[in-house]
Amino acid sequence: MTESFDLVVIGGGPGGYVAAIRAAQLGMRTAVVEREHLGGICLNWGCIPTKALLRSAEVLHLMHDAAAFGLSASNVGFDLAAVVKRSRAIAAQLQAGVKHLLKKNKVSVYEGLGRLGGKGKVAVSRDGKPVADLAAQHIILATGARPRVLPGLEPDGKQVWTYKEAMIPAAMPKSLLVVGSGAIGVEFASFYRTLGAEVTIVELLDRVLPVEDAEVSAAAKKSFERQGMKILTSATVKALKKDAGGVTATVATASGEQSVRVERVILAVGITPNTENLGLEGTGVKLERGHVVVDAWLRTGEPGVYAIGDITGAPWLAHKASHEGVLCVEKIAGLAHVAPLDPRRIPGCTYCQPQVASIGLSEEKAKQLGHSVRVGRFPLVGNGKAIALGDTEGFVKTVFDAKTGELLGAHMIGPEVTEMIQGYAVAKTLETTEAELMHTVFPHPTISEAMHEAVLDAYGRVIHY
Amino acid sequence: MPIDILMPQVAPSMTEGNIIRWTKKPGEAVKKGEVLLEIETDKALVEVEAQHDGVLGKIVVPEGSNGVKVDSLIALLAVNGENPAALAAAGSAPKPPAATPAAKSIPAGATAAPAASATVAPTREGRIFASPLARRIAKDLNVDLARVAGSGPNGRVLKADVEAAQRSAPVAGAAYGPAWEEIPHSSVRRVIAQRLTEAKRNIPHFYLTVDCDVDALLAARRQINEVIEGVKLSVNDFVIKAAALTLRKFPAVNASWAENAIRRYRDVDIAVAVAAPSGLITPIVRGADQKSLGRISAEMKELSARAKESRLRPEEFQGGGFSISNLGMYGIREFSAIINPPQACILAVGAAEQRPVVRDGALAVATMMTCTLSVDHRAVDGALGAEFLAAFKKVIEAPIAMLV
Repeated sequence: MTESFDLVVIGGGPGGYVAAIRAAQLGMRTAVVEREHLGGICLNWGCIPTKALLRSAEVLHLMHDAAAFGLSASNVGFDLAAVVKRSRAIAAQLQAGVKHLLKKNKVSVYEGLGRLGGKGKVAVSRDGKPVADLAAQHIILATGARPRVLPGLEPDGKQVWTYKEAMIPAAMPKSLLVVGSGAIGVEFASFYRTLGAEVTIVELLDRVLPVEDAEVSAAAKKSFERQGMKILTSATVKALKKDAGGVTATVATASGEQSVRVERVILAVGITPNTENLGLEGTGVKLERGHVVVDAWLRTGEPGVYAIGDITGAPWLAHKASHEGVLCVEKIAGLAHVAPLDPRRIPGCTYCQPQVASIGLSEEKAKQLGHSVRVGRFPLVGNGKAIALGDTEGFVKTVFDAKTGELLGAHMIGPEVTEMIQGYAVAKTLETTEAELMHTVFPHPTISEAMHEAVLDAYGRVIHY
Repeated sequence: MPIDILMPQVAPSMTEGNIIRWTKKPGEAVKKGEVLLEIETDKALVEVEAQHDGVLGKIVVPEGSNGVKVDSLIALLAVNGENPAALAAAGSAPKPPAATPAAKSIPAGATAAPAASATVAPTREGRIFASPLARRIAKDLNVDLARVAGSGPNGRVLKADVEAAQRSAPVAGAAYGPAWEEIPHSSVRRVIAQRLTEAKRNIPHFYLTVDCDVDALLAARRQINEVIEGVKLSVNDFVIKAAALTLRKFPAVNASWAENAIRRYRDVDIAVAVAAPSGLITPIVRGADQKSLGRISAEMKELSARAKESRLRPEEFQGGGFSISNLGMYGIREFSAIINPPQACILAVGAAEQRPVVRDGALAVATMMTCTLSVDHRAVDGALGAEFLAAFKKVIEAPIAMLV
């Protein structure tokens, strides 16, 4: 029997389930097909459980530092199993929450693998057996992505991990090689380093966090090295040799090859979109470098088929997927005021120690694009709240178009910057200039005052530095 | 971005109206200030001007539609060289009513072909919503924000809109100064030009002229003005009243030609031309046949005072079934007026002046006033017009009839 819907979403991650809820709000009969767990990687094996782990690491770090605050803490240590258990419990709690939200919004959930089965049709199967046939005028593909595997660097789940094994370690590795210094790589590096592992990061490009502004990358590298990490940039892992005692990695750097001996390896070299087994063959859906090609309204080349989130390309971020889901659905419903997503207004956050957050263009990129820029900087050593917190590492940097005063980009590294970047995101979305940012009253004492100062600094008006 | 044209609110109390006529067809160029459509409220027929230059892309609500809610989408205007045909096809779907978002209203799936996005640019009067960045760039580029269609929420003008407007703007600046000064058209000027051109071109006018002896009228006026304190009737007040009483007897003259029928107005509402600084305007004395001369006089004084300050409300000057234009005070002996559409007739009133007349075979002196009726032959034939004018003359010459 075929069940009919207005909209079927394949994939229940932060793109898919949000799209489904918005569709239900707009009166569409909606279904979600999810093969594993509602909430997707983000909530089960990504954003959220890693934040739980990193919170444990942060508290541990503060406990080690207790004396600096006039406190005493003895026998400071951790129970890895309990740390992991807390992280899993949080993931489970949120997964149940998503299930509840979908139910509340009367979204039908089908457990199984969804694939296009002809025009306006989705076939759902479980363990190879068909379980449901769905018909829908509109179908959104939101199947996300999985870790990219490089030849010769295949994960085995025991000694060579992907994010998934790294999130549920049975024992604390004494030494660790992190391949890739994007957000995932440096977050695990931070977690394991804080818990005491010897950490080496290998990055193909010439700096860590290569998507960030160069000054932020440099500050992050300096901080990681001061924490005791070993950073190899412009370096590639040629081979991994495993034996009973650990893994020997051959790393090629500018100064020649070197071998790094570690207990565990974490691979974090990017992602591969999940476009297989979706029944795309013979449809108008086009792929480019594995990603589904969509227009500004997330429409694929096949009428009535849309794609959102990681399978459509960078940035591979949960909030990008959610936003795309909402705008895709609102466009389908014919709402007014739906605007395409401007990638320069998508903030990015990395929860390493210290945190990194940014939006828009880096200084270098802005110049490449022909902007004459005004750049402001404010170091947190000039911020009272940061001093009181005992955490003055980092700065805020702003990049303005010198001619128009447009805020082209903002880059932050330091405590709680991931919580503050939305201030600049609102500013960018409202198209404020430096004038409105200067007129805005930032509360004292907060770290956010550094955001104000960084704007003032771009125009030679900084107060506290 | 195409501009959404919304059903305008032309009177404060208006919640919905009827679309009588689209004066432009899809694909036709539209200039800001040109009449785009005619709508009818419970009180008046109103012409609605385009607020932007562009090409009419798609008519969402066709003419003849009744009960169209204020602010609902009625058409799409292609701007900045957008393809109006694509608009007509792709167009923005009508907004689903918020209260009943029926699943059935979900439009069919579309392909990845780039389609015009539908973003709202409500007619901008008064405050212009624009982002600070858009304002600054508009200032730098010398772009008039009022002429930029905003693509942001509720038509807010964004940076991209200003840049698009700048790209599509013609290169300005003449090398030599012209030998004239250009006074940009006000919207009133445009309406006058457009309506009267249309009237003179489309309406088959014919003219009937009659001389009225107004000695009795002037005597009655003098007496009334002397005796009744606070009342100061003008000759025109008598003309209004006389025309109103005559119209009540000739409902076929209190009419207008429409596409499929002749409309006979139930009420006798008389539009009176008033010269305001901004241009001609015609405030309306409603139900003039029911009103006393004193009441008509008081209303006219009040309406023309406010007309001269441009403080009339739309319902006070839109509509009416018959017009009067009086240039007697300028010493004009007689003239013929252009019909005020959609009405069928306008009465042009000249000066009351002493003229030699022949009475019982002898020359005499009488105060005469020449009135010329312009008539839409489609709605009113010559004999009917003549009968009306003769009856009008009779009332004017026996003003006592107006007092009962």
